[in-house]
Amino acid sequence: MSDAAHAHDDHGHHAHPAGIMRWLTTTNHKDIGSLYLWFSLIMLFTAGSMALLIRSELFEPGMQLMHPDFFNQLTTMHGLIMIFGVIMPAFTGFANWQVPLMIGAPDMAFPRMNNWSFWLLPVAGIMLLGSFWLPGGAVAGGWTMYPPLFIQGGVSYDLTILAVHIMGLSSIMGSINIITTILNMRAPGLTLMKMPMFVWTWLITAYLLIATMPVLAGAVTMLLTDRNFGTHFFNAAGGGDPVMFQHIFWFFGHPEVYILILPAFGIISQIIPTFARKPLFGYASMVYATASIAILSFTVWAHHMFAVGMPVAAQLFFMFSTMLIAVPTGVKVFNWVATMWKGSLTFETPMLFAIAFVCLFTIGGFSGLVLAMAPVDIQLQDTYYVVAHFHYVLVSGALFSIFAGIYFWLPKWTGHMYNETLGKVHFWLSVIGMNIVFFPMHFLGLAGMPRRIPDYALQFTEFNQIATVGAFIFGFSQLVFLYVVLKAIKGGAKASDRVWEGAEGLEWTLPSPAPYHTFETAPVVK
Amino acid sequence: MATGKSSTLTKLIVVALGMFGFGFALVPFYYKICEVTGINSGDEQALVKNTQVDTSRWVTIEFDANTNEGLQWRFTPVQRSLKVHPGQLVQVEYDVVNDSGHAIVGQAVPSYGPARAGAFFRKIECFCFTPQKLAAGERRRMPVLFVLDPSMDKDLHTVTLSYTFFNADAKAQTAALRQTAPHG
Repeated sequence: MSDAAHAHDDHGHHAHPAGIMRWLTTTNHKDIGSLYLWFSLIMLFTAGSMALLIRSELFEPGMQLMHPDFFNQLTTMHGLIMIFGVIMPAFTGFANWQVPLMIGAPDMAFPRMNNWSFWLLPVAGIMLLGSFWLPGGAVAGGWTMYPPLFIQGGVSYDLTILAVHIMGLSSIMGSINIITTILNMRAPGLTLMKMPMFVWTWLITAYLLIATMPVLAGAVTMLLTDRNFGTHFFNAAGGGDPVMFQHIFWFFGHPEVYILILPAFGIISQIIPTFARKPLFGYASMVYATASIAILSFTVWAHHMFAVGMPVAAQLFFMFSTMLIAVPTGVKVFNWVATMWKGSLTFETPMLFAIAFVCLFTIGGFSGLVLAMAPVDIQLQDTYYVVAHFHYVLVSGALFSIFAGIYFWLPKWTGHMYNETLGKVHFWLSVIGMNIVFFPMHFLGLAGMPRRIPDYALQFTEFNQIATVGAFIFGFSQLVFLYVVLKAIKGGAKASDRVWEGAEGLEWTLPSPAPYHTFETAPVVK
Repeated sequence: MATGKSSTLTKLIVVALGMFGFGFALVPFYYKICEVTGINSGDEQALVKNTQVDTSRWVTIEFDANTNEGLQWRFTPVQRSLKVHPGQLVQVEYDVVNDSGHAIVGQAVPSYGPARAGAFFRKIECFCFTPQKLAAGERRRMPVLFVLDPSMDKDLHTVTLSYTFFNADAKAQTAALRQTAPHG
């Protein structure tokens, strides 16, 4: 408790206990942001290892390494953990670190609730991962939790449902905190339309979370009561309808994919202007495009279900509303390119990841448009084309933006510059590895290879072997990332306050590293 | 500042709880949509849909029932006539009572008016397919399930389906033969 003596008691803050209790009881937005990011990184390596096991099994046709049921457990858990344990916590970590710094607030609006939001996550993570050791193993019904498989499974399915409840609660609490902070705690003069894009995208994302996470909670609650309390929401034998689960799930699920990408748009919108040394092109249109994407995301859910069956009129509606989302997304890509146009570009690691994001996310967006066409989708549904599509938007989209954001703000957080050479090594290995894994999957899917199956026909062998080699390059290159981050925390060249020559915004007016308490008196924005 | 925060908090909690309720409200909403649009209703999916119903015309079918003189049965159609589309699956019923004091086996034989309409009657189930045995005083309702072939001549607007029940007991048949024999 000797640390407590020289804590910031003069400002009326709580003294920090030492050791593990410091982290368990912290209410500081920077501590909690770091906790989120570390949790996310550990889960990235966990779920990434599962992906490497999957790719190892798929290196050759036939069954090599594992029982098919274990393969199904791996694909299910890989999906669940990557979405709920990696991408979402990482973005929430960024929000915790950056939102108060960017709007000139001393902390988040509800610091104790913030602590809860984080510490619920490891509990859910342990429940998910622990279920591997339960009788019957972990859930194997796919991350989308469709009945009847999810009604029929063993005890790990109940545990997974509870884990989803807990993660949902964590997200809702985090979102309430973020919205309240942004709406009530901005520095004087920082009007909504002057907010940095990252803050805007998170404001909209948080609204999406509050609107959809409770719907997911409702859907999994119905699964739980169907399993344990004799209800028949989805149990066809009792008059229920399993297709209804898919509608409710995707009513959450499609806004969820924008929850996974809108904060990425925000990060990229901070980075590109910095390294192009120009203000963001079309700021207002960026804000409106983000809001339109969020609103439209509630009208497209059934495009995940074209093969399930629905009237032609409904197929046409969902097909065209899905294609309509390409318009605001196109506005964003145009604005990023226009920001770079005639800018004084330099290519530090954050900018490299940002440019790769713009190119590769756009490929993922285009394959999404292909899948949006109902007649084509009926062919491609549940093939590797879909796997290729969502990995282009989630790996080279969401994950690359997280890498970009880490390299961008790490000097501000740690006070040290990361090793630029190693950062570039990480970038090139990642971008090449990622394309080797996922590009061949387009061809596999067009040729008809089904996803979530541990075996495949002989003619798919070569592309699968290429993908597996790429997966190992991509996977192991993340160790470089871990090394670069650890090294920058330990030491390195001293970062200046502004860090980047073209950096604009309140966070860059603070010293590097950012002190434990910042903006205790609000700055004034002209 | 503090009041601003807590009012935002309250509003957001209300939204979150409301959306949790909305998830459950989607259940009746889903079934209502299915009902209104006629999609996904279990009963309709169970039947193979006949796409060859000729809705452009109506045909009146008259139902007639007779018993042969050697048979003490009362035999009546439950419905006298019906308007149907050619191609439409139709089910009708006949009522039969054995008024005699003993069990009798009867066999129904159909006839059609006009006779050429008979070629277009596609019977799927009929009491005339098998002999019917009725105990003394027994009453029975018997179905006929049929489709009028949509290729039926367009000038046929009214068709009569007539059944006559004959006594199918072997003894009765020989007796009938003996009666009719002298008249050649």
